[in-house]
Amino acid sequence: MADPKAEAAVQMLGVHKWYGEFHVLRDINLHVRRGERIVICGPSGSGKSTMIRCINRLEEHQQGRVIVDGTELTNDLKKIDEIRREVGMVFQHFNLFPHLTIIENCTLAPIWVKKMPKREAEEVAMKYLRRVKIPEQANKYPGQLSGGQQQRVAIARSLCMNPKIMLFDEPTSALDPEMVKEVLDTMVSLAEEGMTMLVVSHEMGFARQVADRVIFMDYGQIVEMNTPDEFFKNPQHERTKLFLSQILN
Amino acid sequence: MNAATETLRFVRAQPVDAAPPPNLVRGPLAWIRENLFSGPLNTILTLIGLFLIYVTVPPIIKFFFIDAVWTGTNRDACRPEVLGRPVGACWAYIIDKINYFIYGSYPAQLRWRVDIFFVLLAIGVGWMLWLEAPKRTLGAIYFFVIFPVLAYMLLNGASWLGLEHVPTSLWGGILVTIVVATVGIVFSLPLGVVLALGRRSRLPIIRMFSVIFIEFVRGVPLITVLFMANTMLPLFLPEGVTVDRLLRPLVGVAIFASAYMAEVVRGGLQAMPKGQYEGAMSLGLNYWQMMVFIILPQALRIVIPGIVNTFIGLFKDTTLVAIVGIFDLIRTIEASRVDPAWAAPTINTTGYAFAAIFYFIFCWGMSRYSMAVERRLAAGQHR
Amino acid sequence: MPTIAQQAPARASLLYDPKLRAVVYQVVLTLVVVFLVYTAATNAVANLRAARIASGFGFLSTSSGFDVNQSFIPYSAATSTYGDAFLVGLLNTLVVSAIGIFFATILGFIVGIARLSKNWIVAKVAMVYVEVIRNLPLLLQLLFWYVAVLTSLPGPRQSLNAGDLLFLNQRGLYVPKPILADNAWLIPFMFVVGIVGTIAFRIWAKRQQEETGRQYPVGLTALALILGVPALVWAVLALIGGRPVGFDIPRLQGFNFRGGMQLYPEFVALLLGLVTYTAGFIAEVVRAGILAVSKGQTEAASALGLRAGQTLRLVVVPQAMRVIIPPLTSQYLNLTKNSSLAVAIGYPDLVQVFMGTVLNQTGQAVEVVAITMAVYLTISLVTSAIMNIYNRRVAIVER
Repeated sequence: MADPKAEAAVQMLGVHKWYGEFHVLRDINLHVRRGERIVICGPSGSGKSTMIRCINRLEEHQQGRVIVDGTELTNDLKKIDEIRREVGMVFQHFNLFPHLTIIENCTLAPIWVKKMPKREAEEVAMKYLRRVKIPEQANKYPGQLSGGQQQRVAIARSLCMNPKIMLFDEPTSALDPEMVKEVLDTMVSLAEEGMTMLVVSHEMGFARQVADRVIFMDYGQIVEMNTPDEFFKNPQHERTKLFLSQILN
Repeated sequence: MNAATETLRFVRAQPVDAAPPPNLVRGPLAWIRENLFSGPLNTILTLIGLFLIYVTVPPIIKFFFIDAVWTGTNRDACRPEVLGRPVGACWAYIIDKINYFIYGSYPAQLRWRVDIFFVLLAIGVGWMLWLEAPKRTLGAIYFFVIFPVLAYMLLNGASWLGLEHVPTSLWGGILVTIVVATVGIVFSLPLGVVLALGRRSRLPIIRMFSVIFIEFVRGVPLITVLFMANTMLPLFLPEGVTVDRLLRPLVGVAIFASAYMAEVVRGGLQAMPKGQYEGAMSLGLNYWQMMVFIILPQALRIVIPGIVNTFIGLFKDTTLVAIVGIFDLIRTIEASRVDPAWAAPTINTTGYAFAAIFYFIFCWGMSRYSMAVERRLAAGQHR
Repeated sequence: MPTIAQQAPARASLLYDPKLRAVVYQVVLTLVVVFLVYTAATNAVANLRAARIASGFGFLSTSSGFDVNQSFIPYSAATSTYGDAFLVGLLNTLVVSAIGIFFATILGFIVGIARLSKNWIVAKVAMVYVEVIRNLPLLLQLLFWYVAVLTSLPGPRQSLNAGDLLFLNQRGLYVPKPILADNAWLIPFMFVVGIVGTIAFRIWAKRQQEETGRQYPVGLTALALILGVPALVWAVLALIGGRPVGFDIPRLQGFNFRGGMQLYPEFVALLLGLVTYTAGFIAEVVRAGILAVSKGQTEAASALGLRAGQTLRLVVVPQAMRVIIPPLTSQYLNLTKNSSLAVAIGYPDLVQVFMGTVLNQTGQAVEVVAITMAVYLTISLVTSAIMNIYNRRVAIVER
């Protein structure tokens, strides 16, 4: 196996973050290899979302180092821009742009950030809209789509930038139950193509099916980390056991 | 870098306790650095802000407090050459004239009637605005029916009660301002409800009249409505019938305010879920029963912030009656500044400052109340 | 015996038939209104005749006999009619409203954005400004500007001045008056050419971007074309032969200023009052509009790699504008209606000149009030209609 550091997609080394006086991330050490799928779970307020938002600088860490695809995250705006081009993010509340059509949502960043010609951007957008199985909605507005469809568009929108890493922040928590499956299926097919994924989610079925590792966070720190099989069958830490008993019942 | 970053498995042995953030992240110096001086643009903005404060706040404090004169009986108290120092606000002047500013020329021995009017008004307003008050329908009847009658008798006079008549030409100052505002709210709210219901009516003629009335009144300045009431009301009444000089702008203000109130109420009616209407109808209530018992109480409650905001605007608009010759607070202040006994350089500004304080306290207080109600209503909906 | 199904449906009592009631209500209402209008009209006719006041609109061509200090069209007491007075008042209203709207928008946007600033001092200063402005009557603020500020200005000989061009004193604000030479028309012409050129460039640049992805600096080019070219033409004309636009600079002669343009203190006070007052309300509208765009939108745009300026331009501002424009036009209308307070400080706007002086002199209240209200109504209704069209076009499409 080659030097693991060379294949590192994301490295977080001794990362701490405070919101004012509140110590929200404590000594985070994480090493994500390319092509790995990581599911992060934990009670609310445990800092899971904050941690992945530090990876594309939607949140700033105060101590430690965050290195994404070989580039270290600092206050340097150019580096931040570079990293954001390689990292895609899907939000809990979709955050589609309501004043643009679906296809305009998808072509906005390629046109303005990658300086693609419009026709090329539209071809790429249609390709990914087909991937998430809603090409016919291209000229509709987000307000006309269901939640599940909107989230799939959000995934396609991120994919149009050809990211190397995809972050998912509770992608199905805001969906009605009957729409969760269509989004999870999309994410599974994405995983099967070898995308590096960090997913904050409570969907344990998804974790069991697709994840390489499951991470449990509580009180801002990584409490336990293991393969899905071991994690669910043999949780080691007391808090992990407590959490799993609450979730799985 | 510890082994945890390399391996696939990890179980935390020792929990990491919460630690205080490093000094660069907290403390007053850090706060100043972050918020005020975090970059070149921010620093310039802070300096501009500080400059603006420097230019406005010290002169105001100087005028209102440091250089102000608090005691005295005539103009010598407020003249810099007599006092030997620069003079700011001449509060002695305000204190001396305070009764005139509050009551106008209302006969001194009858002022107790005005005081009772103020108390009754405060009771009514408090009853209506305190959301947890008991028997608020009784309060509504008091405020919109009983209180106006009492107020009329008290202020104007009722010979059969032994209260002698005081002509409106003697009323002035804060009394007039409050009377105009009160008449505005007492009449505009019921009238506004009627207009709002009319605008939402399915009957085309009623809807047409309501829409025309509302859009017409909202499309013209209040001043034109007041002028119209002043000049045209006497014309429309049969010869020989004179209209009281105070009554004319009161009519204008009531009409004007009711159009704006109608739009606020309409917003509340539109916000009511259809289920409320359907539930009431399925119980067999007719239109008026449904409105009075089910819909309006809820709709009006929802738009209390809007009603209070309209009232704040109305309260400020009462100053316009000064332009048609009515002695509200501003005109009273302007009338008193020609008094030679108080001829001093800062009398003018002091008068306006007093008016500003009065209006600011009332308006700001009402807007605070409105925001508090809004918060309470919003909290109630986040279930 | 007919079965129930064959019997005619029971006739509802006439009294409770809703359709009949509806008709009755409406007929009654119409009759009441007609009756009131009729009575009012007959009374008015009788009263007017008794007071020997004329009727009809003939007075508009009668000579006015009074003077107006600030007017943008030639007007004199001797030769102008009441109709001219109406035009003077109308123009004054429109001019002060237009200038007021322009400056109030700029100030309002600045204060509104400042309220959202992370800089604590700037945000607090903006907040205090808005709270003070919104809780004091406009009339009081106008009187403050007029009495407290303007009459405490020095006399002409001790004017406050900005260089040798602008003079501020008790008599007003004196600004240089532009005098246009024959070839001056070239400058506004190039300005228009610049606008046309910018539009053409924008269309070309957009097509370029769609086809090749390359972006051209539209903003800077616009600036160069619209401002730079006319300025260049101005300079060239000046060099070639004589100044295309001369300025009549106000000069102190004796006790007064000669030359230049005089903006009366009433105008300046009204403008200052209207601008500061309306800006306070516009600030709140802008703040609400920006807050209405959820933080997630900015985050999603940033996560996609869009830079701050692009996020603002492509994502935040389009959404904020939809929320801002309707109440913003409301505030513009309010400013126009509030300009009628000019009557309190003697600025000759439409109300002061027409509903004030002309009505007093002719006594024809009905006609004068009707005309004045018709003017304001037209402005309001036209603006509302435009607003509704705009709203329908940009509404965010939902299910």
